[in-house]
Amino acid sequence: MRDVAIIGAGMIPFGRRDEDTLMEMLAYASLKALDDAGLGDGTVDAVYLGNMGGGIIQHQTSIASSLVDRLSLLPAAAETVENGPASGGSALKNGLLAVASGYYDVVLVVGGEKMREVTGWRATDFVATMTHPQAEYPYGITLPGMAGMFTRLYMEKYGVTREMLVAVALKNQEMGALNPYAHVEMALSREGIFESPHAVVNNPTVADPLHLYDACPVSDGAAAVVLCPLEMAKKFGKVPVLIAGFGQATDTHTLQERDDPTDLKAVSLAAQQALDRAKLKPADIHVAELHDAFTILEIAESEHVGFFKKGEGGKAAEAGKTRLGGQIPINVSGGLKARGHPVGATGVAQAVEIVFQLRHELPKNRQVKNAETGLTINFGGFGNNVTCFVLRRVQP
Amino acid sequence: MIVDMELEAVLRPTQYPMPPYPPKVITLANGKKMVVRQAEREDVPVILKSVHPCLFIERDYYDIVSARLYGELLAWYRHRVKSEYCLIGQVDGYLVGAVNGRLENEKVGMSYHTLAIDRGLRIGSHLFAAKMEYHLEYLGQEEVLIVAESPIGFRRWMIEYPLEKTNIPHELGGGDSYRLTRDIYNKAKARLVVGDRPVPPDLWEIATRDILFADEDAIHEKIAGLKGR
Repeated sequence: MRDVAIIGAGMIPFGRRDEDTLMEMLAYASLKALDDAGLGDGTVDAVYLGNMGGGIIQHQTSIASSLVDRLSLLPAAAETVENGPASGGSALKNGLLAVASGYYDVVLVVGGEKMREVTGWRATDFVATMTHPQAEYPYGITLPGMAGMFTRLYMEKYGVTREMLVAVALKNQEMGALNPYAHVEMALSREGIFESPHAVVNNPTVADPLHLYDACPVSDGAAAVVLCPLEMAKKFGKVPVLIAGFGQATDTHTLQERDDPTDLKAVSLAAQQALDRAKLKPADIHVAELHDAFTILEIAESEHVGFFKKGEGGKAAEAGKTRLGGQIPINVSGGLKARGHPVGATGVAQAVEIVFQLRHELPKNRQVKNAETGLTINFGGFGNNVTCFVLRRVQP
Repeated sequence: MIVDMELEAVLRPTQYPMPPYPPKVITLANGKKMVVRQAEREDVPVILKSVHPCLFIERDYYDIVSARLYGELLAWYRHRVKSEYCLIGQVDGYLVGAVNGRLENEKVGMSYHTLAIDRGLRIGSHLFAAKMEYHLEYLGQEEVLIVAESPIGFRRWMIEYPLEKTNIPHELGGGDSYRLTRDIYNKAKARLVVGDRPVPPDLWEIATRDILFADEDAIHEKIAGLKGR
């Protein structure tokens, strides 16, 4: 197996992009990544594209083939990867394995989704297609509903409080306000969403005990990276970022079948695999992008990855340990909470953010100083399919 | 413009007595303070400057809402509508939203429009709630008739309160009216109607000194920019 590096990264601002089609968004992000890699008209051997809803929302399938044609990358191999909200992470895995195996040298990995083409109700229903078709969906469960129940259990078992959830929301919105790629570039105030009696309108309950600002927005967006063997990476212009480790695990489809629904086993296993392959420990990670579709998930994942002991993640967030400059900066991009969550794009966007961090390219107010290692968690279903990547800066 | 007051006396409708809306201040999600107060007729030309750029924004039906609001406010300014009022929201003096309506009769209110110029802060929800508060608590009405012209409005009013469907035609045309009764209002009030009174003097001074309005590009960016919050 060959070591694989990311040599180019790019994304488009997430948000509501009425003016762009899904294909245009994918093409813009791809061109930015190819340009960043300095590939110009160079050959791309294969394209892996993460997308969850093209067939449902846009009534469009075989999107990767269409993108290859759109980008004039013919006859590159093309493949669309659908793995729920972990589609982006899965596409990146496919690219990694293809290059590591020696089958392909230069691979473009793209993730994208256009969710604002439909109303919020239909987008919520579309995301709920990942729930169990007999045991969950017919009873009206949605992902916010699941997250609400999960939060209640987590609060009871580990003493997580609303104050801790609010701390995550405030931190991620504060960072999102500094990220030009973020959907919601708006800092919030503790008074406005929690302390003031007016918060009952500003931040209403959406799935008790979760409130509006505990949830990520529904977004359009796309992100892309370019991979090649590490030995080839050095001839390109940018500081290569090594994919030092990868892990993936699956858990039961329904939450009710788990021995302990608060135990995100797939997160723990995927992180353990990725860290083992990278020969690193959680404490060796300098920056992390976790899948905070809901604030509780950032807290729970920070524990399951091993940054904090079980029951300590919320306290750590409240104490500022996950802020920029803290013990382990988490979601310095704003996370899904503020950057947005175009489902198929998220796993790739997380990698793009870590690449920017490890290349030390971000402005001071977003750059984790001297970051050498980064970790991503892309969380599919309700933790039933999770990918984890550990990335490492390669010294020029 | 020459105004013939003798003819005006014929053209101008008689007005129902309307006690003033007491101003209030609301803390928004970003911590900014929004002063909600009743606009004076003389404020209309300035308010229209903020409404005008919205006429050309298709997103979320801003064009139709703005066009109608523009006409309704102009009609109020020119004394061509009976018993209309307008409430405005201001942050740091800047106009961030406006709502209007009128009295159909002494017991029934007719809700007209809700326009949020700054988005993502539930300004529309706050101002719509203020409008309902005015009808039911200060004008002493029994119910308000409402229609929505955008899916967002439908979600915010018809579903969130929730309103009662009727087969009563609404003055704006469109679908049948929904009705906010006193009973529905009282049940929804704790979760939808907020604000502190009196407005602190410093905020009041800023709000009443001038109605400031963002430039056209800024308004376009806030409503229909790429982020589209």
